[in-house]
Amino acid sequence: MAMNMIQALNSAMDVMLARDPDVLIFGEDVGYFGGVFRATEGLQKKHGLTRCFDTPIGEGGIVAAAIGMGAYGLRPVVEIQFADYIYPAFDQLVSEAARLRYRSAGDFHAPMTVRTPYGGGIFGGQTHSQSPEALFTHVSGLKTVVPSNPYDAKGLLISAIEDDDPVIFLEPKRIYNGPFDGHHERAVQPWSKHPLSEVPEGYYNVPLGKAAIVREGSDLTVLAYGTMVHVALAAATEAGIDAEIIDLRTLVPVDIETIVKSVEKTGRCVIVHEATRTSGYGAELSALVQENCFWHLEAPIERVAGWDTPYPHAFEWDYFPGPKRVAAAMRRAMEG
Amino acid sequence: MIAVPEKKPKGMAMKNRKPLSLHVPVPEHRPGDKPDFGNVVVPDAGTVKKPPIDVRPHEITDLAYALIRVMDNGQKAVGPWNPKLDPETLKRGLRAMMLTRAYDERMYRAQRQGKTSFYMKSTGEEAVSVAAALALEPGDMCFPSYRQQGILITRGYPLFEMMCQVYSNVKDPLKGRQLPIMYSSREHGFFSISGNVGTQFPQAVGWAMASAYKGDDRIAASWIGEGTTAEGDFHHALNFASVYRAPVILNVVNNQWAISTFSGIAGADEATFASRAIGYGLPGLRVDGNDFLAVYAVTQWAAERARANLGATLIELYTYRAEGHSTSDDPSRYRPTDEAKAWPLGDPIERLNRHIIGLGAWSDAQQEALHKELVEDVRAANKQAESIGTLGTGQPPPVATMFEDVFKDMPWHLARQRGELEA
Repeated sequence: MAMNMIQALNSAMDVMLARDPDVLIFGEDVGYFGGVFRATEGLQKKHGLTRCFDTPIGEGGIVAAAIGMGAYGLRPVVEIQFADYIYPAFDQLVSEAARLRYRSAGDFHAPMTVRTPYGGGIFGGQTHSQSPEALFTHVSGLKTVVPSNPYDAKGLLISAIEDDDPVIFLEPKRIYNGPFDGHHERAVQPWSKHPLSEVPEGYYNVPLGKAAIVREGSDLTVLAYGTMVHVALAAATEAGIDAEIIDLRTLVPVDIETIVKSVEKTGRCVIVHEATRTSGYGAELSALVQENCFWHLEAPIERVAGWDTPYPHAFEWDYFPGPKRVAAAMRRAMEG
Repeated sequence: MIAVPEKKPKGMAMKNRKPLSLHVPVPEHRPGDKPDFGNVVVPDAGTVKKPPIDVRPHEITDLAYALIRVMDNGQKAVGPWNPKLDPETLKRGLRAMMLTRAYDERMYRAQRQGKTSFYMKSTGEEAVSVAAALALEPGDMCFPSYRQQGILITRGYPLFEMMCQVYSNVKDPLKGRQLPIMYSSREHGFFSISGNVGTQFPQAVGWAMASAYKGDDRIAASWIGEGTTAEGDFHHALNFASVYRAPVILNVVNNQWAISTFSGIAGADEATFASRAIGYGLPGLRVDGNDFLAVYAVTQWAAERARANLGATLIELYTYRAEGHSTSDDPSRYRPTDEAKAWPLGDPIERLNRHIIGLGAWSDAQQEALHKELVEDVRAANKQAESIGTLGTGQPPPVATMFEDVFKDMPWHLARQRGELEA
């Protein structure tokens, strides 16, 4: 059935709550209210108070409790209301969740999924717009996942919940309700018009660590994830460039095979993300492409990213790397 | 794949014990229920003792479980906490509370009209910020959260500038960078609001420690909601404030709701928020947050104590968030719709109005005239601010300013990015 991202995420949690009594969901406002973005709507009513419940406003506590539960043998799925609020949990994620298996030589591990909406495009200002994925990809022991459509959102979330390692599951909130391509001046398209809004009601998964080629092409390779997949698609059309667009879906472990195969074919690479540029995940991608595909490259690798400033409220669309900037980078890559 | 504990602890299920069960608190009333605050104990006004400021905190632990109230049911001031304010100060407080409410109403409407992205009202909580701002001295530094606009209004920050901030227009003092209502004014002793909750609480302690270090006589004050007491920052603040006897007032505004989450999830079912002070060796005072005189009196007490180098005080302001958390919220989804009207501690503006009338220094007609005057002041300021631009009409500051103030001096990479944007 047709689902938007929120419905697909909700369905993933619903399915897993029903399948596995050790799955439970908690976070700020997720219980009775169903979350500020409605992702957990109805789950408490359907599955019970102790399986989907509200927590105190303490992100460090939320993640720490999830680690303890995971160590016991449960599979907690926690929501951090906005990725911008995750920093009080940083120590628990970086020093604890990420290292528990390693430091105990496998004696303990803590499966857990940390869902959190991220990214801009909703006039959320500095504290509701950030894209902190690189802070997690830099940490050994955390998997980092970013879906770009309802089908993947559900399948990847199920895989994340079933995974025995901690997974940071970043949800691009700008595309919760529709595949936003960066043209903010146009009316929002609903997901129902997009083929990947067709989501099975029951159980299925999309494996972690596997990218998707969302558009095949021969001119150049675009590496993107989340909202930027849709922006890149629009930019390729507008620039008239036959781009091969890869939706990475999982940032760690990244699908290096798909990346290398594509860049070896096209010889050109444009990397797109919304996060700030300096030390962003694009820097890692750029290094990987250079290390693995150097002799196939015909032009310098291009990076399109958010500016290296906090996300400014009034300048949402000057900050957001829209199709115009992505198309310009594609043209440069073709000229190089 | 079904997860099972890999190694079951030995002896599990061998003993004849009742199995454990997980407790999750739930509020008494949800949408569709009749609002009922029968469980809220409202002690008589004037019954709580007022200790000297040099009292040892462990001698007044009972105050953390009491409720300091000055205005009785007839809104007459009674008891030892009566601050005995002159009518002019009372009228100043009334005016500032009414102006705050009129401002909130106007800006809320502006958001609904698409003139800005977001707004948060402080309806029902005006006494919390206005009475405290009057009890503090102008040089004292406030570290507020997002519902203390009353402090800025009391301290005379021009409505026009507040509105330009909300509209992110070219006259926005914060250059379009911050979410609406995240004001900042050093001149008015109002620290830049972060948007991430709780962060400012221990910062206020640091500011107060600096003031003590420099031999200054200014103190700091900070405000968070009861939900935020769950953040580690709350405990950092109490701990540092206690250890260094920082001259700071730490306010917890217990308005019962943290977005959709009732105060029981913040721990209110087990203990009061004021009682959190006890373990840190700080005085914890619990006060009727809708009683202007009581808020003034406890703030004054804590300020005197801080200024006498006796250290910090934790104040729980017991109140009710009469409106939604923000314009993005819909409280009818999680609480009875008319709960605000049933709140047993009344409305702070109406209570102070009745109190001043009772003194013979005010009248309903004057109240009505003042209301009209303030609504007109807000309307005029808004007209002026809107003429500069709103977020909806899109007249922000020059876009290149986006790259300023990331650092004191702009490094090469930001200069290069600014060039790219302008190209």
